[in-house]
Amino acid sequence: MKKLKILATATLFTVACAQASATVKVGFMLPYSGAYGTIGQTIENAFKLYVEEQGGKLAGQDIQYFRVDDESNPSKGPDNANRLIKRDQVDVLVGSVHSGVAMALAKAAKDAGVTLIIPNAGADAITGPLCSKGVFRTSFSNWQPGYAMGPVAIDKGYKTAVTITWNYAAGQESTDGFKEAFEEKGGKVIRHLTVPFPTVEFQPLLTEIASIKPDVVYAFFAGSGAVKFVQDYAGANLAANIPLVGSGFLTDGTLEAQGASADGLLTTLHYADNLNTPRDNAFRASFSKRYPSNPIDVYAMQGYDAAQLLDAGLKAVGGDIKKRDQMHEAMSNAVVDSPRGQFKLSAAGNPIQDIYLRQVKNGKNEIVKVAVEKLADPARGCKL
Amino acid sequence: MDVATYLIQCLNAVQYGLLLFLVASGLTLIFGIMGIINLAHGSFYMIGAYMAFALQPLVAQYLGGGFITTVLVCIVLAALLGYFLEWAFYSYLYTRDHLQQVLMTYGLILVFEELRSIIIDNDVHGVSAPEWLSGSIQLGDLMTYPTYRLFISAVCIIVAVFMYWLLSRTRLGMMIRAGASNREMINSLGIDINQLFRVVFALGVALAALAGAIAVPVSSVYPGMGNAVIIISFVVVVIGGIGSIKGAFIAAMLIGFVDTFGQILFPQVAGVLVYIMMATILLFKPEGLFKQG
Repeated sequence: MKKLKILATATLFTVACAQASATVKVGFMLPYSGAYGTIGQTIENAFKLYVEEQGGKLAGQDIQYFRVDDESNPSKGPDNANRLIKRDQVDVLVGSVHSGVAMALAKAAKDAGVTLIIPNAGADAITGPLCSKGVFRTSFSNWQPGYAMGPVAIDKGYKTAVTITWNYAAGQESTDGFKEAFEEKGGKVIRHLTVPFPTVEFQPLLTEIASIKPDVVYAFFAGSGAVKFVQDYAGANLAANIPLVGSGFLTDGTLEAQGASADGLLTTLHYADNLNTPRDNAFRASFSKRYPSNPIDVYAMQGYDAAQLLDAGLKAVGGDIKKRDQMHEAMSNAVVDSPRGQFKLSAAGNPIQDIYLRQVKNGKNEIVKVAVEKLADPARGCKL
Repeated sequence: MDVATYLIQCLNAVQYGLLLFLVASGLTLIFGIMGIINLAHGSFYMIGAYMAFALQPLVAQYLGGGFITTVLVCIVLAALLGYFLEWAFYSYLYTRDHLQQVLMTYGLILVFEELRSIIIDNDVHGVSAPEWLSGSIQLGDLMTYPTYRLFISAVCIIVAVFMYWLLSRTRLGMMIRAGASNREMINSLGIDINQLFRVVFALGVALAALAGAIAVPVSSVYPGMGNAVIIISFVVVVIGGIGSIKGAFIAAMLIGFVDTFGQILFPQVAGVLVYIMMATILLFKPEGLFKQG
């Protein structure tokens, strides 16, 4: 009996202690394997870098990390999210890269009342119909870079365009954004070409483009598909006759493999390789010092900002993560001092940000100018 | 679509079909002759591609050779790998049922993919075509066709002719065909069936690796690249008739045309056209276009 009493007291004591040193639990649900494996690790590294820069604490709170490999598999999304929410009882979820996973995550976070910060996935729906008070995005919506290319193409004097992408949501959203802006200003998208995802046999469509002869081609591809498309486009010698433009993901993380084929390509994105602002330079120096072998890219920047956004929220409630509504309020109104340039969030939780026009030079996405200033996602379907 | 565009599209279809044939012919050899459902065949394609990427600097340094030498080295290494794998794993599968074969070869996919990730990261890497093949020929008024793609087609045709010769005109081919139809019989005739199968398997792996290696300058290397080809390769084998090289050739060409013109004429359903074609063919010819032979 005495033993039991001691045990009970000990248990109570442990519980009390755990409550006293209230750490903030952050759950990373990111891809750590497969095609997006490096991106997941980059985001985690950048997030931790910011926390380390603040002395290892945010608003005086210790941060405890949990991680789950989401394998970029949407069907495992709800289960993986629940592992972090129910088992590890995280306060904040950070994820993911794949849009399908992020959508599952948005639903799970909303149901459980957990704060979610999305450091990449661009699906319009997340800050559209699926928007919620506790769901924030530090990246972009697919619509944004697409829309920003519209005025650029018009300024260049292009009247007709062909859009080309994989037959899936992200590509559709990106090309829809381009079409919207391009046609608002008097251009005309005369054909929308698609390839089944993840096919990379583009030759038939390139032949089709050559026979349509538009003034410009707008493409959305990413990763290996982007490499192959840009190479094939150059290989077919179309680049000399019909300029190719695209969303920034066409040339981000793919330039090394694309080689000379990518030279001169114009793309739009919320980040570029040589912004050369004090904020960005400081971020780049700090990141490359801490993780010398990890390339600094748009993903690193977005992961870093996820930590900044959380910091802003925690500071507003004095580190008390239990004051969830106040924290969300503060995050919604925060001005994030991002390496990309300062931004605020829209009512739907998506960054209102400058979208840069970049050109590929010397293996870098060099900034040409700001394509559209303070571009806000229209957040169609969001009821907040 | 004007006539010129139409003709260029035919060229595209043939080129795609030929490359598909190169991958699928190895699969049909292994599947049709040894009766093994080898899901890991796509991994051999991936291994060939990654070898072409990773070995090029080494080959240049130690052998002083360029792209072609690298491809030859890849073929030799792949054949050795195939020989080893048959001895270590596949030889135990002949008597097992298909479910166990699927399980083990699927396991191999995961192993190869993980090894690739450990040895050479998860980034996308490009390999440039050799200088003398990097030109292009003019097609129509705007477009050019990369010479390298013609080179791929030429290699595929040479391999197809070689395979035809090997299987129908040589003693080895005769033994392979006999072994396919009756393993016990050929064994009792005093031919070492184990050795024969090991050679066939090595040949199959080498064909997949060759396809991967020569495809690299136009496809780059990237994670999961093997998985993309394995499904369509099985479609080729199933349409063509299990074990028939001739069937695989014709099926690959059919797919090349259906896929190419499907993308242009019916873009919304392009992804499923090939499978609709497969279903239709199997409805009338359940064993594929050409039965084993």
